[in-house]
Amino acid sequence: MTSGDPAQPPRRVDRAGIVIAALLAALAAVLVFDARGLQSTAMYGMGPEAMPVVIAIGLALLAIGNFVDALRGNLPARESADPVPVILILIGLALLIAIIGFGGGFILATSALFVTTSAAFGRRAVLADSVIALVMSTLIYLSFDRLLTLSLPAGPLERLL
Amino acid sequence: MDTFAALAHGMAVAVQPMNLLYALIGVFLGTAVGVLPGIGPALTVALLLPVTYKLDPGGSLIMFAGIYYGGMYGGSTTAILINTPGESASMATALEGNKMAKAGRGGPALATSAIGSFVAGTIATIGLAFLAPWLVDFAVRFGPEDYFALMCVAFVTVSATFGDSPIRGLTSLFIGLTLGLVGIDKLTGQARLAFGVPELLDGVEVTTLAVGLFAVGEALYVASRRHHSEEKLEPVRGSLWMTKEDWKRSWKPWLRGTMFGFPIGALPAGGAEIPTFLSYSTEKRLTKHPEEFGKGAIEGVAGPEAANNASAAGTLVPLLTLGLPTSATAAMMLAGFQQYGLNPGPLLFAERPDLVWGLIASLFIANCMLLVLNLPLVGLWVRLLAIPQPWLYAGILVFATMGTIAAKPSVVELSMLAGFGVLGFLMRRFDFPIAPVVVGLILGPIAESQLRRALAISLGDPMTLVQSPISAMLLGIALVALLAPFVLKGMGRFKANED
Repeated sequence: MTSGDPAQPPRRVDRAGIVIAALLAALAAVLVFDARGLQSTAMYGMGPEAMPVVIAIGLALLAIGNFVDALRGNLPARESADPVPVILILIGLALLIAIIGFGGGFILATSALFVTTSAAFGRRAVLADSVIALVMSTLIYLSFDRLLTLSLPAGPLERLL
Repeated sequence: MDTFAALAHGMAVAVQPMNLLYALIGVFLGTAVGVLPGIGPALTVALLLPVTYKLDPGGSLIMFAGIYYGGMYGGSTTAILINTPGESASMATALEGNKMAKAGRGGPALATSAIGSFVAGTIATIGLAFLAPWLVDFAVRFGPEDYFALMCVAFVTVSATFGDSPIRGLTSLFIGLTLGLVGIDKLTGQARLAFGVPELLDGVEVTTLAVGLFAVGEALYVASRRHHSEEKLEPVRGSLWMTKEDWKRSWKPWLRGTMFGFPIGALPAGGAEIPTFLSYSTEKRLTKHPEEFGKGAIEGVAGPEAANNASAAGTLVPLLTLGLPTSATAAMMLAGFQQYGLNPGPLLFAERPDLVWGLIASLFIANCMLLVLNLPLVGLWVRLLAIPQPWLYAGILVFATMGTIAAKPSVVELSMLAGFGVLGFLMRRFDFPIAPVVVGLILGPIAESQLRRALAISLGDPMTLVQSPISAMLLGIALVALLAPFVLKGMGRFKANED
């Protein structure tokens, strides 16, 4: 998708690639640390701690591989990314989680996500979108709760239905 | 049981009115969701899993068959009409198909892809029906060490051998394997990587991971680069039907595409990307109209589309007979089986022949339904494509989170969904393949338990892995497949043939 751009700058150290390599190394360390707390009860063969260590070794090797790739600037070219919409959607997800967590119910939670996502994709009609979202999530709630008898979390709005 | 008798038995299961209805609903939902831009068949199956929670296993597997084929069909419609292939396997279709649509030949492009999918799907499903019992006979002799070796082959081919970069592919695989460790170890009851969080003791749900990576990740990614370009929907102008000339130019690519797609899909090599690009470059070489390639040649739609569908049926061979998913979509199908406590493999053929053969038979039925339904309904699908992008992605996210909310409405599970979404976004941004993560999560724990079982039987002697001839051979293949891309740099880069 992003590769094959003829106008890419000459190869140089890719900082994001270094961060990725560091994260992989950190993950390997977490695995080893966690595996140390496990007791090997297997009389023969492998205990539960063997596989995490094997995977940690793999991750460590891959961290080195990614590090080398980053130093050589071997990562595929990236187009610029706009952080604002990403943050907006993440706020929407955070709102959803918070509303579900505090018992606000399915309709309010998914409506919040709908409106923020829609705004992230460039809509500015927050009020109209809110109405659409409320109607849509109410319909989803009713059809899933009543027709498919899947239980979705209920809040103040759902109790009115 | 002889294949014909088994298949006839399966047909008898599949044509029960209720099951026909399930197949129809599956085909319809699968196409409707698959047609949405950016949603591939894997995500289609993942998003629709919650819908089948309350059905009996037989009915829901039949619905899956419809969703699977419907999602593939919908994906190619999107690839042709707006040039956003939902998955890499539709990329070849988009190359010529979108050009055809721009030139006002969208109708014949959709038709050749639909009929080609039907031809390829039918031939490949016949192949599946005949190959599966044979493989099952072979697979019952597999010991745990052989299974472990087989999974090593799948791990390597899915992640390293055929991707752009073996290092990035393996990185994705190992992230998946790490996630597979989370939870209680089944043999000793000890918690791994749970960090004292009770919700993590059950491990990471495959659907949560897949929906997070595919749906939330895709939405974040598209949002982040919205300022680059607007997708343009090509209206379907002119006749939907293919001319005599179109037929003449299509039938050979259909068959050749099937010949590429089915065997490569049936090998535990993973992915429909290779056969589609092989088919594309073959058609480009064999065509009598080389001047049309790059401007909308019908052969370039017919061949890859057939290859794509044939390989989708092909991936069901290792999935059903060995329990080995070799693509993200197959991994989601496996998750669907596991939802009912069913484990695909030789045992399932012996214990629940009605389920397995009912599923295979309903693949035929789903294929016929798609052919009959979709061409007349193409106007409806086009209207789905015209949903404004903000509402489309907002709706996708609501639907995606709804699956998790319905299954496990906990803050931890939803946070994991969001976290996997961020992971999916970053992986897209830095060009890491996503399917190996899902395959690693679902196969990792199975591979580990097979290895531990093999070592327990051999009293801890690791030589058991090379003493079984099957296992030794498979491990050799895995090693070659792992080293090959490093040795022969540029192997598997069929994408270079694109222009």
